[in-house]
This record gives sequence, C-alpha cells and structure tokens, in this order.
Amino acid sequence: MTTTQIPPSPGRRVAAPAPAAPPSKPHRRPRYLREQLSGWAMIAPAAALLLLFVFLPAILGFGLAFTNARLVSPRPVEFVGADNFVRLFTDPTFWRALLNVSYFAVVVVPVQSGLALAMALLINKKFRGVNFFRTLYFLPVVTSMVVVSLLWLFMYRKDGLINEFLSAASFGLIDGPDWLNDPATSMPAIIILSIWQAAGFHMIIWLAGLQSISGELYEAAQLDGASRWHQFRYVTWPGLRHTRTLILVTITIQALGLFDQVSVMTQGGPLDSTTTIIFEAVRSGFKQQETSYASAISLVFFVLVLLISAVQRYLTREKD
Amino acid sequence: MKETLTSKSLSSAGTMLVRILFAVVAAFPLVFMLVSSLKPDQQIFGDMSSVAAFLPIGNISFDNYAAVFDRVPAARFLINSTGVSAVTVVLGIFINSLCAFALSRMEVRGKRIVFTAILATLIVPFQTLALPLVWWVNQLPFFELNGFSLEISKGWLDTYQVQIIPFIANAFSIYLYHQYFESIPKELDEAARIDGAGWFRIYRLVVMPLAGPATATVAILTFLPAWNSYLWPLMVVQSEELRPVMIGIQYFFQLNVSWGEVMAYASLITVPVVVLFIAFQRSFINSIASSGVKG
Repeated sequence: MTTTQIPPSPGRRVAAPAPAAPPSKPHRRPRYLREQLSGWAMIAPAAALLLLFVFLPAILGFGLAFTNARLVSPRPVEFVGADNFVRLFTDPTFWRALLNVSYFAVVVVPVQSGLALAMALLINKKFRGVNFFRTLYFLPVVTSMVVVSLLWLFMYRKDGLINEFLSAASFGLIDGPDWLNDPATSMPAIIILSIWQAAGFHMIIWLAGLQSISGELYEAAQLDGASRWHQFRYVTWPGLRHTRTLILVTITIQALGLFDQVSVMTQGGPLDSTTTIIFEAVRSGFKQQETSYASAISLVFFVLVLLISAVQRYLTREKD
Repeated sequence: MKETLTSKSLSSAGTMLVRILFAVVAAFPLVFMLVSSLKPDQQIFGDMSSVAAFLPIGNISFDNYAAVFDRVPAARFLINSTGVSAVTVVLGIFINSLCAFALSRMEVRGKRIVFTAILATLIVPFQTLALPLVWWVNQLPFFELNGFSLEISKGWLDTYQVQIIPFIANAFSIYLYHQYFESIPKELDEAARIDGAGWFRIYRLVVMPLAGPATATVAILTFLPAWNSYLWPLMVVQSEELRPVMIGIQYFFQLNVSWGEVMAYASLITVPVVVLFIAFQRSFINSIASSGVKG
C-alpha cells in the first residue's frame, strides 16, 4: 500500500483510506481527468437508459395527465387542465376499482404475510428434507402469474377441481359456487390464488429476517425456561421489526397494483366486482387509446402508493 | 423425562404434518397442470372428482403438446422469449455492473447525486410508468441499417427492441452490484493500477470475476420478469412473429377451448423456468432473500 511507483490520484486517496498519502506529483492532472472521463463513460449507458425509460416517461405521465393526448391521434396534444381528474373522480367505475383493491389489500396483507411467516418458521430449523420443502413452497413464485391465473381459472369452474374437492370433502353437502362468474365470490377467488402464488416469496424474506436473529438470544431464553410461545413473542417477533415493515409495504403496494389475474380471469367482471385501478388504466390507455386519462389514473395510483408506504413506515416506526 | 421426550417427538411429528400440508397446497395446482397436459379432455373431467386428477394414469400421451404446436406458433414464441430474455439479461449484467463499478470504485465527481437519482427511480412502480411509456416509445426514432443506407423509422411499437431496451438499465441491479463491489477490497484495484491496468481492465479482470453471486442475483432477477412479462408485450407488440410466450395464452381465450391443450401450453412455458429454478435452487432463493432485505 505504501510503496508507490506511480503518483496516486486524489481519487484513490479517498477510496482507500490509506495511511499518509505521499505528496502529489506534477503530472497527476491528466490522470485525474482520465479517471473522470472513463468513469462517466461507464456510468453513461445505464444512466442514459434510466433517464430515457424511467425519468422521462414518469415526468411525461405527469404532464400527459393534464392533456388530451391519445396513443394515435391526428390532433395536436392540448392542455386541458384537471378535466381528466374531474372525469375520473365522477366515474363510479373508478370508485368501484378503488373499493375492490382496498378489499383485496385488507384481506391479502394480513393473511398472506401470516401464512408466509408460518411457512418460514416451519422451515427455519435444519431438518432432513428442508431443501425439498423450501423448493416446493417456493415453486408457485417462479410460475408466472399469467399461467397461475389460467390454471386457477380452470380449477374454479362450476365443475372444476375446487368444487369437486369441496363436494367430496363434505360428502356432497357443499355445492360450490361458480366462483368467477358470481360477483359475491369472484374477488375471494382472486384473493385465494394471489395468496397461493405470492406467499412463498414473502416466506423467503421472513426467512432472511429470521436468520439475522442471533442464536444466542434463543439460548438465553431457553436457559430462562421460556416456552416456545414466549421465545416467539419476546425474541423472534421484536427481531423481525424491519422485515415486518418491508413485507407490509411490499405486499400492500403489490396488492394495489393488482392486474394480471384480473386481465386473464375476469376482465374486471362480473358487474365490475373485480375491476382494479391498474386494470382501468390499461383499459382506457390501451384499449380505448386514451393515454391522457390513463396517465391520470396512473398518477392517482402513484400518489396512493406513496401515501400508503409513508403511513406504514410511520406507523411501524411509532411502536418502539 | 420420558414423558417430555414423547411429547417432543409428538410435536415434531405434528410440525412435519403441517409442513407436508403446506407442501401439498403449494404443489397441487402445478401437479394437476402437468398431469392434465398428458390426458385427453374427457379424461381430465372424468378424473376431477378423485385423486386420479393428480396421477398420470389412464390414457396418457403427448398428443396435447403436438396439438399446441398446430394451434399456436409456440416454437416461434419460445424462441422470441428466450432471445429477448437472454439479451436483456446479458446487456443488463454488463451495463448495470459497469455503472455500479464506476459509482463504487472510482472517484468520479458528482457520483453521489447520480447514485441518489438512480435509487430514486426505485419508488416508481412499473404499472404507473407503463402507459406514458407506450406513448413515449411510439414517438422514438430508430435507426436501421438497410444494405448500405441508414434508415430512420419512427415509433418502436411492434419491434424486438421495445421488449428489450427499456428493461436493460435497472436501478435495483445497480444497487445490488454497488453493495457487492463495496465489499471487495480496493487494494486489488491499487495493485492492478500499479501493474499498469486501465479502469476497464480492472473491471473486466479483477472485479467482475469476483462478483459471481451478485451476477447470479441480477441474472435471475432480470430473467424472471423478462420471461414472465405479459402487460408490456400485450400493449406494444402486435405481430405474431415478435410475440413472447405469455401472450400465446391469448390464443386460448375462446369458446370451446381444449383444456388439455391449455395445460400443455402452460406446462411448456412453465417447465423451463421450473427446471432452471431447481438447478439453481440455492442461489435462486438466496438472491430473492438478499433482494428482499433492501428496506
């Protein structure tokens, strides 16, 4: 480190907090410049792509929401003020969509995170076949939501696997509903398959959290004669504080973005019982080509996401 | 003493039972899919009321798979998805690691601001970006070399590049590489510089060979959404010969569909990912775990 045949650049001195740096020599200037140039050349491709495909469209979306832009239109784009938002907030379908995703989130967030935690606890200890179970629990996650939706669409039929199972399990007493064609059961059906698909993902995050808790804490608790429940209550649960926040935020945001399942299985029906915010945005932006109106919906969605993650972070922080 | 032992083994047997119950719930739809893909429709419905629905028994054949290739340009879709995913993964690894390298290991002026701006893009969910992005890519020009003349075409809709280029740069990949590069001692760069290596050589020969786990993570986290993407190609790709596998599912959205064929197609586009998953199971799960602990 201290032997220097070549003069160090000012950069390297900061990068590696080496002992005393030798005095700089006159020709460090071009070398410094070269580091700047090659550095920027390396940053540029990724930065340019992010600028072009994240920053610009985000700003554009914000702007387009206040215009009458259409995907393909001979008319020039005009500023129309808050027209799109007025139309949005007076549209009963939008309120229905908001209600639907709230219903979805209120059920999915606690149930899915609870089941995922249970799964994580079940495979946290080393035992024979732990990898086998881990792989199986995780299998639905790598299956595409589109395939999952198609699969469950088939199982949810009036004469499908689910109803046959219910009938067999109840000795013919239960005659299952036509899940996806009944407004009363369509959303619960989508909720069940969504939890089935994504619980494994959150199990892995819980697992990472569980493994970050020091084993000494459990040993100490066992010495004190703490029961399994007490160990969970006083060691595990507090130890998962950060993981908890993370999981709450990610599940809620994912829940609000509900789209693929609805697009494949119900197209928002029956009677708008499964329509969602993103589904409405895609329907108006893509099918009706109303880019501006869709941008307005997207903007409302974004504000909602920001708001909820802020509230959740605040609430989960408040408790300590 | 003996009593506590028995109650302990009882409870561990109970735990095992719960584990198996969860495993059955996790696996049964996928087993049902694979098994049904081998049966004619009539038998699928006939077997539904019994455990036979999950067993490859009776009239088993690959007829449904053959039929799928007649009904859907499945081979074309598989090639498209493989190509688009592979190019996105390879370019994504290169461009994001290069950017993270400069941000974490070089003294570039203003890099802090750039890094913060890159991380800021993480809060924008893709769904909110998608529709303005469709409008935006429709305005972009593209240069095409046709023989010896350069042709400029307007609009990226209905191309391969619209499925690839917007997804190459990824703030999360840059973040993962950045974190990983920070853990590699900077003395290595020093030594290489003394030997006269330029920055790109250091990136290529010193740092990247050490960043295997980060590369595996980025590869997996880029591959999965690329292979599974549905919303985006649905909006921007019309031509059949350019479409990826997930869109092929639309070929079955019609009345009087053959469910055996649907299950065969679903298996066809799921099995490659499942095989990859099982092969790289450990790094797969670890990468998801490490990606989760970002908050």
